[in-house]
Amino acid sequence: MTTGLWQRLHRQRVPLLWWTSRRTYLLFVLRELTSVAVVWFVVYLLLLVRAVGAGPGEYERFLDWSARPWMVAINALALALAVLHTITWFMVTPQAMVLKVRGHRVPGLVLAGALYVAWFAVSAVILLLVLS
Amino acid sequence: MSRDRTSAEPFLWLLFSAGGVVTALAVPVFLFLFGIAFPLGWLDPPSSAEIYTLLRNPLARLAVIVLCGLGLMHAAHRLRHTVRDGLQLQRHGTAIAAACYGTAAFVTAVAVVLVSML
Repeated sequence: MTTGLWQRLHRQRVPLLWWTSRRTYLLFVLRELTSVAVVWFVVYLLLLVRAVGAGPGEYERFLDWSARPWMVAINALALALAVLHTITWFMVTPQAMVLKVRGHRVPGLVLAGALYVAWFAVSAVILLLVLS
Repeated sequence: MSRDRTSAEPFLWLLFSAGGVVTALAVPVFLFLFGIAFPLGWLDPPSSAEIYTLLRNPLARLAVIVLCGLGLMHAAHRLRHTVRDGLQLQRHGTAIAAACYGTAAFVTAVAVVLVSML
């Protein structure tokens, strides 16, 4: 059974950088990479929580550290990826979730609109809590 | 389609999905405030006493833990598939999954400890 063996051993090789060949592939990988920004957010939030728990001196040191140019650059990049995550997430949610009200499917546009309202509301609440 | 009814995938997908929602809603404003606006002096950061009081609130503590836990499970799920399929490491799928979800669970535990020490 040489053909059988050949078929089992033969594997189509895909280049490692296949995702750079098309814009849609690149966008897909970029969207997946927004998860790195989510990980950075968790690390940054926990560093803040630790500093606040360690006392006023540590909190001041955290604020000084966060003002370094390279930290601002990292956070600007993370913010851009985070916004990309939010927008792409709101784009796919109406496709993944079928919401029905009184037996009628809620149109995707309405659901996406509701998500943007929720984004604005949550942002406003956090802004008010932190700034007041 | 897998007929394995005890598969963990639906549960992992649920956590991925929930994490996607909470991070989509809360992460941009946090990174804008603490990563850009306060460091560049656009806005005045809360004083040490103010942020301490805010974070000690039980709802705030819960929010931090939920954001960290679900956010990490979301990221773990995406990174697991990106690393496995993107770098063509399907043979090591189980090890990659274990590393991703294991790290997420560990850092979530760290979050619980840090929040409870406030």
